[in-house]
Amino acid sequence: MNKTWNNKAWFMVLPVLFLVAISAIIPLMTVVNYSVQDTFGNNEFFWAGAEWFEEMLTSDRFWAAMGRNLLFSGIVLLIEIPLGILIALNMPKSGWGVPVCLVLMALPLLIPWNVVGTIWQVFGRVDIGLLGYALREVGVDYNYVSDPFDAWVTVIVMDVWHWTSLVVLLCYAGLVSIPDAYYQAAKIDGASRWAVFRYIQLPKMNRVLLIAVLLRFMDSFMIYTEPFVVTGGGPGNSTTFLSIDLVKMAVGQFDIGPAAAMSIIYFLIILLLSWVFYTVMTNYDAASDGERRDG
Amino acid sequence: MDLSWMAWTLPTAIFFGTILLLLVSMAVWEYVSPGGNPRVGVLRFETTRGDRLFVSLLGSAFIHLAWLGLVGPNLWWALALSVVYAIGVFRFV
Repeated sequence: MNKTWNNKAWFMVLPVLFLVAISAIIPLMTVVNYSVQDTFGNNEFFWAGAEWFEEMLTSDRFWAAMGRNLLFSGIVLLIEIPLGILIALNMPKSGWGVPVCLVLMALPLLIPWNVVGTIWQVFGRVDIGLLGYALREVGVDYNYVSDPFDAWVTVIVMDVWHWTSLVVLLCYAGLVSIPDAYYQAAKIDGASRWAVFRYIQLPKMNRVLLIAVLLRFMDSFMIYTEPFVVTGGGPGNSTTFLSIDLVKMAVGQFDIGPAAAMSIIYFLIILLLSWVFYTVMTNYDAASDGERRDG
Repeated sequence: MDLSWMAWTLPTAIFFGTILLLLVSMAVWEYVSPGGNPRVGVLRFETTRGDRLFVSLLGSAFIHLAWLGLVGPNLWWALALSVVYAIGVFRFV
């Protein structure tokens, strides 16, 4: 089929291009400029070449923060995705329970990130926090301020509490879009609960699950505010993720050059992962459409 | 307009100028010889010319970083490798 192309439509994109240029491209260009120079303030810059990139790539501090970030993202994905599916499967499909559940699920998502951090910072305190105090009373030696393991548990549980709802809502949207005919056919075939999940619900949720994995991975990989408010990156450096380390370097130490180099490496990794996820998603859609046409 | 806060240098200006030139060249190429429709290459998924440019640029960035981290600060060989890689991407991906 011949399509009619109208390239004048590109002019409609110009306002967006202008906004993106101001909010993203110009700052990114500036970061690239900073990454090859050194400065001591007063708007004076000295050429450093690839020195900061080399320093970053051979720095234990950078790779340690990267490792913590990957570990954190892996753990939260392993918890949030199955938990989100489980909750979505058990949510009511009709009646008054639907709006109630949806509102309850949406509540954590409406809370600003720094407030979530503050809530969990107070909640986990052993002297006045409900969680910390209760755990201490039942004999659990919990203190997220001094114990790295407790700090990790707190940050992970906080993220699960904050973001599982997103996975739930996406999965729920996928589940309610499945026509009843599928369930009726499964019932006629005498399919088990597991078979219905494995061969009907899971394939139908695939697309939203990919979006959920993409969003949660990106977001957890760029996490800053919540762990910063709760632990400040500590105890020691145990919860210092890339973004926290970056801010410490840029704002705390005023090492603009190394921080800019680190930003670019961080940005490239995010860009690569986004592209991989996007490619997988779009090709999965194309393959599904092809199967539908052929089938 | 004072742009001194952007801390421009000649090498970074050349770098961004090259990227701009590549984008303009892609547009001219498509205008002169249309053919940017998706095709399936060695990666077994559809790519357009734009996709292949993106993959080339992103891959080149990682080639430079890997060279810097594993070999050393002389990046001319990394640049040469990136050009070979980009030609490979445009030819086979």
